[in-house]
Amino acid sequence: MRRVFLVPLLLFFVLAAFLAIGLTRDPREVPSPLVGRPAPGFQLPRLAAAGPEAAARFSPSDMKGKVWLLNVWASWCVSCREEHPVLLELARRGVVPLVGLNYKDGSADAQRWLAQHGNPYLLSAVDQDGRVGIDYGVYGVPETYVIDQAGVIRYKQIGPISAEVLQTKVLPLIRELQKS
Amino acid sequence: MKRFIERCLLALAMALALAMVAQAKEALPLAEDEAVEQRLVAIAEELRCLVCQNESLAGSHAPLAEDLRREIRSLIRQGKTDAEVLDYLVSRYGDFVRYRPPLKPTTWLLWGGPLILLLLGLGVLAYTLRHRPKIEAELSAAERTQAAKLLEL
Repeated sequence: MRRVFLVPLLLFFVLAAFLAIGLTRDPREVPSPLVGRPAPGFQLPRLAAAGPEAAARFSPSDMKGKVWLLNVWASWCVSCREEHPVLLELARRGVVPLVGLNYKDGSADAQRWLAQHGNPYLLSAVDQDGRVGIDYGVYGVPETYVIDQAGVIRYKQIGPISAEVLQTKVLPLIRELQKS
Repeated sequence: MKRFIERCLLALAMALALAMVAQAKEALPLAEDEAVEQRLVAIAEELRCLVCQNESLAGSHAPLAEDLRREIRSLIRQGKTDAEVLDYLVSRYGDFVRYRPPLKPTTWLLWGGPLILLLLGLGVLAYTLRHRPKIEAELSAAERTQAAKLLEL
């Protein structure tokens, strides 16, 4: 007649459900407060061995009026290798300019890495001491930002971009932004 | 004589070893500015390291934590208040970096949750106490005499 003994069981199921949902979420993915805000400005040297390009500097304002991607990478970053074929494919299709931010890396190492794995970037800006990375809230390389014509960050991918994320999230967003 | 020399050498070796230990201690990086360092630790204790999320920014050895401590140090030297330093980090990494998130609509449940659970527990306790079946406490005459006998012994 009394079902009170069922209450702990019920509570257990509620708790189990909450924990099960928790397991499907990635605690490393912290929502960035920068989405929807203007991309922080910077002035950084470009990654280049020599020539006029080595002296040139890059600033996000150079990309005003275009939808573009900023991809944070480093030669010491293992997951960057995982993501690299996806970026190369993206560059081959040429739908969107891809700028690299070479984060806390040695220039020689970075150039060797690009020579070895291929260079999908329009250019790479060199963030030797990681200060620009901090301004962008980078905490796990690779990270990728989608920035619109007005220079506002519209999306941040933490960790490698998989082919699936590119197809289902990044490319549709870019198409949407390019229309407006 | 030979033993004396041996002892002298041993003493010398020990003194040298001690000197090296003392030197190793001196080689530890000293804080240039004690006050800045104390404020840095006080602020960094309140912040989460994003690389190893269960470590505070003060205790983490991750390269990013070191960079962030360097930034906080320079902000303190620039004369920024603690609140401004916190804002600097929250504007880049979100409320997640704070171990004590601010009170706002999205965190009401987080802050109020324990209180709600406490009230719920008190309610359950009150309900069970009120609806507990009464236990017969009266003793019969026979039980009384038996108890009296036991107590007399």
